[in-house]
Amino acid sequence: MTYLIDRRLQGKNKSAVNRERFLRRYKAQIKDAVGRAIKGRSITDIENGEKVSIPVKDVGEPSFGHAHGGVWETINPGNQEYLKGDQINRPKGGGGAGRGKAGNSDQLTEDDFIFELSREEFMNYFFEDLELPNLVKTQLTATTEFKNQRAGYNMSGTPSNIHVLRSLRGALGRRIAVGGSSRKRVIEAERELEELLLEGAPLDAPRVVELKKLIHHLHTRLLAIPFIDPFDLRYSNRIKVPKPMTQAVMFCIMDVSGSMDETRKDTAKRFFILLYLFLKRAYDKIDVVFIRHHTAAAEVNEEEFFHSRESGGTVVSSALHLLDKIIEERYGGGSWNSYVAQASDGDNWDNDSVLCRQLLVNTIMPKVQYYTYVEITDGPPQNLWEQYSQIPDHHPHFAMQKIVTPADIYPVFRELFKKQPK
Amino acid sequence: MNDMTPKPRHPRALPEQSEWTFELIEQAHQEIRRVAEGFGLDTYPNQLEIITAEQMMDAYTSVGMPVSYNHWSFGKHFLSTEKGYKRGQMGLAYEIVINSNPCIAYLMEENSLTMQALVIAHAAYGHNSFFKGNYLFRTWTDADAIVDYMVFAKNYIAECEQRHGIDAVELLLDSCHAIQNYGVDRYKRPAKLSMAQERARQKEREAYMQSQINELWRTLPRREEEEEEKAAPRFPPEPEENLLYFIEKYAPLLEPWQREMVRIVRKISQYFYPQRQTQVMNEGWATFWHYTILNQLYDEGVVGDGFMMEFLKSHTNVVYQPPVNSPYYSGINPYALGFAMMTDIRRICEHPTAEDREWFPDIAGSDWRKTLDFAMRNFKDESFIAQYLSPKLIRDFHFFAVLDDDNNEKLAISAIHDDLGYRYVRQQLAEQYNLGNREPNIQVWSVNTRDDRALTLRHTQFQRRPLNQQAGEVLKHVARLWGFDVHLETVSPSGEIVSSLEVKREKRARGS
Repeated sequence: MTYLIDRRLQGKNKSAVNRERFLRRYKAQIKDAVGRAIKGRSITDIENGEKVSIPVKDVGEPSFGHAHGGVWETINPGNQEYLKGDQINRPKGGGGAGRGKAGNSDQLTEDDFIFELSREEFMNYFFEDLELPNLVKTQLTATTEFKNQRAGYNMSGTPSNIHVLRSLRGALGRRIAVGGSSRKRVIEAERELEELLLEGAPLDAPRVVELKKLIHHLHTRLLAIPFIDPFDLRYSNRIKVPKPMTQAVMFCIMDVSGSMDETRKDTAKRFFILLYLFLKRAYDKIDVVFIRHHTAAAEVNEEEFFHSRESGGTVVSSALHLLDKIIEERYGGGSWNSYVAQASDGDNWDNDSVLCRQLLVNTIMPKVQYYTYVEITDGPPQNLWEQYSQIPDHHPHFAMQKIVTPADIYPVFRELFKKQPK
Repeated sequence: MNDMTPKPRHPRALPEQSEWTFELIEQAHQEIRRVAEGFGLDTYPNQLEIITAEQMMDAYTSVGMPVSYNHWSFGKHFLSTEKGYKRGQMGLAYEIVINSNPCIAYLMEENSLTMQALVIAHAAYGHNSFFKGNYLFRTWTDADAIVDYMVFAKNYIAECEQRHGIDAVELLLDSCHAIQNYGVDRYKRPAKLSMAQERARQKEREAYMQSQINELWRTLPRREEEEEEKAAPRFPPEPEENLLYFIEKYAPLLEPWQREMVRIVRKISQYFYPQRQTQVMNEGWATFWHYTILNQLYDEGVVGDGFMMEFLKSHTNVVYQPPVNSPYYSGINPYALGFAMMTDIRRICEHPTAEDREWFPDIAGSDWRKTLDFAMRNFKDESFIAQYLSPKLIRDFHFFAVLDDDNNEKLAISAIHDDLGYRYVRQQLAEQYNLGNREPNIQVWSVNTRDDRALTLRHTQFQRRPLNQQAGEVLKHVARLWGFDVHLETVSPSGEIVSSLEVKREKRARGS
């Protein structure tokens, strides 16, 4: 007896658990790799899988075996030139006359064990540092949202979706259509019968009896037409349409004066990434604008934004002026949702901070959806912080936070995530 | 075959197309079965399963079994297979076949009709009949029970994970895996057990084994005078080759569930032991039969030229043996050697030369089917090569022996494919397939029952070959299982201790 079984539709992710076990075991290494990847990637490119490599010796499974040494006598195929008793030099670095390969299992191969993290896995490691609440994580990782929309009627569906009116209308139409010819004949027969009776034909005349029989027969047939047939049923049809999305622009503003070192820039980058991810869920199209500033501000590309070094003092208002100008010129007219993320170490020229606050309160805040500010420092608050702390009194859609590690970033967005209508 | 007139089309001929359908597979299988039965192949019933490439990777990962317990090392294996496959660096094996009753053979959906037929002939008739016939498989594996046992193992280990935590289970499995090649009884035959019996006996065994351990480590005060005089009896009385068995039975600190898991790893290792010893024969046999069966079908006209071209292309790829100086050389290809030997035995039976009559007087000219069947049933790689490798094959392969002695400055060619060398080459090649030589010989030597309970393992050197660098790591795993110090002594064949390794007992947090 032979069986031919199609297993293709059955569980295909049998190894998912084993894969997850592996990731769990090498969590530390993988987290490092993810950290490195975040540094190297563009903000808009954050949502891809990542290749992770771990030194082979770390993932090895040890077992007893022979090392090279002692006596190895091996049989090899493909002799071309040797005769018995020939002496040959030891080949260097393996290969060649294939010496006892079986035993060389501990040969030092420095290859790394490389594998791919899926997008979800990558994002999870990314979020782990940020200590996002679970609800937010799901919000961010969720794929495009759909909404149900009516889309006419369907021949099949679940009983709860039966559209009564449509179904009965259909049934009526069918009854009329199917009964059409019989009904016509009934009318004709009845008219003829009436005429015959009017002409005074006796009730038992053969034609009268015949007509009566016919009328009876046709009535039975008409009655046999079902009132409603499965064929008549109509179901409300609903289809899923992606939620309409609009466009947004995200401004990244960063202080690049000498005091912002690599670690601070890295933390700032994670802050920008998080905002980007959030916006990506809510909007179809996102423009990202990078503005960096020291004493003067400039719009730059991402590469320059994160990697070129400047020194000198800090005038924050220069960036805010530029921000305002860009919004006016390119993202005005109400068709764009503007979000701003500003990162700084808190230094600013004394008299400039007041100007910053005024600029924000009067000009910028009315134009943006949300403004976030992080101060990457562990020092005492300076004048910029003090001035900024007055802004939430005027505009609730302003959030600020002093952060030291990536884990401190999330609270900045708390309001933003809360506001997000689900 | 040589006449140029087109042959009349066979009534049951397979269509010349590469797309397969269920009906066509069924039809191909009927034909292959008919031919295989005609050749007298005795097989378990077949269960052919169509799977996707992803499922094939899953099957790889769990050592080819349809079910297996969870462990990170399988995940690692999966990741590297997946990576290789997705980048096109490597194709997946065409077939996986499971030594079970019914014999499960996987057919990948990507394969063409020709490849499906090839796999059916190779796996469902070649390997299948080997599993059923070869003495090692008959002795060591139980085709009826293996799938059930794997289900039992998976459930039991999952239950342990729930009760004791994933980490504790993982640690234990890591340690067991490190010495799983030493979880094999080479001589004793394990008793057959069905799934139901296994489960019923498992509870009983837990309690019983625990009581045994207590007996061994009894600490009740005894009468002193008597004890002082007698030297402590040796324990174990004889060296034990099965490390996992010894640990399962005698490790003092293991919990009952841990013993059961050691046992599971040991049983699975035992199940795969015959496969490790019959690579050349098993693949050679299966390759020989797919070749023979499909050729027969071609001669009958059931399959056409296109089919045959595709088949021969993959067949020749499989049996290619690159020479030693080729960049593709990675040892002797078991398919090539096995197929050549099986074909050669048939040749010796059917068309013996004078040389064959001298070397193989008892099989030259005999019925090839009976001779091959006998060879398949009664040998393993080592003895098969020692018995049947003919001078002709040694010449065909240009086999030569290289002696690499680290006392000599140069390598020496100790024999080549000539009259003087045939026997020597054959003997050496057979030795090369002797598992006992390939793996270091490590056995349980003694346990210090009176003092620190240290376990001493002995590595008896073969040809002065040293242990690899992982030995220290493995020993740590042994120490984790044993719970006390472990020593590993390396002993030269003359009996002196050459070197030794030692691992101090792992500090374990009580109650963890």
